[in-house]
Amino acid sequence: MMAITNVRTDEDALTLSIESEFASSPTRVWQVWADPRQLERWWGPPTYPATVETHEFVAGGSVGYFMTGPGGDRVHGWWRLLTIDEPHSIEFEDGFADANGAPDPQTPVMIIRVTLEETSTHGTRMTIMTTFASIDDMHYVMSRGMKEGMSQAISQLDTMV
Amino acid sequence: MVVDNRSLRSDRVFHALADPTRRDIMRRCFTEESSVSALARHYPMSVTAVQKHVNVLEKAELVTKRKAGREQLVLANPLGLRRASELFFEFEQLWRHRIEGIDAVLREPPSEGTQ
Repeated sequence: MMAITNVRTDEDALTLSIESEFASSPTRVWQVWADPRQLERWWGPPTYPATVETHEFVAGGSVGYFMTGPGGDRVHGWWRLLTIDEPHSIEFEDGFADANGAPDPQTPVMIIRVTLEETSTHGTRMTIMTTFASIDDMHYVMSRGMKEGMSQAISQLDTMV
Repeated sequence: MVVDNRSLRSDRVFHALADPTRRDIMRRCFTEESSVSALARHYPMSVTAVQKHVNVLEKAELVTKRKAGREQLVLANPLGLRRASELFFEFEQLWRHRIEGIDAVLREPPSEGTQ
């Protein structure tokens, strides 16, 4: 049983931390990040499924992906892996790329830190902390493809409440 | 079932905007400052009750207050809604969506996929 157990935002440090728990072991949860075919099944925002093109899952390596919108538009992105400690933690930069997959230096970069800890019931507690450089960066990221899908997700949420 | 301590900030904003009087207060001081007593004339409630509504909005950073003589002037802070809080909320929803996706991948039989 998956559960989101905590959400914390720090509006001064511009960080968002989300903690969730899964019944699967850390070595299994690690694979949803380390295996590109598993990664692309959940990375894209609603209505923007991801396709992972390159995946060098080592410190200093990079991941290249694109997300396809409902109108066929593509948003390209990249990760640069800063640290990897299997199956405990991953820290990487996530940014936008041009149509050829080259990082676009004009656009924001987020830092994402993933921590996996084994729970007392041999499941996994996964904490994901995203750090933004500025509010403008957050605004930009949401405006690039995410926004439409996200507002759809939020309106679906509204109908459930 | 799900223990869910949503971000305090999102909670505050939602709570603040859940009330029709508070939404109306926001609307009235969107473009110009309004004193609490002037706002109170629009509603069938005491100045103190309106003051309480304003305090809820202020805590959610949806309005700012400043003192002018004996009056308290209220001004809406649309940036407080549109920028930080809404953006954090959107990113929170993005990660909730991703975590649900991870859960779906994890639920599949282990023989399937590349592992």
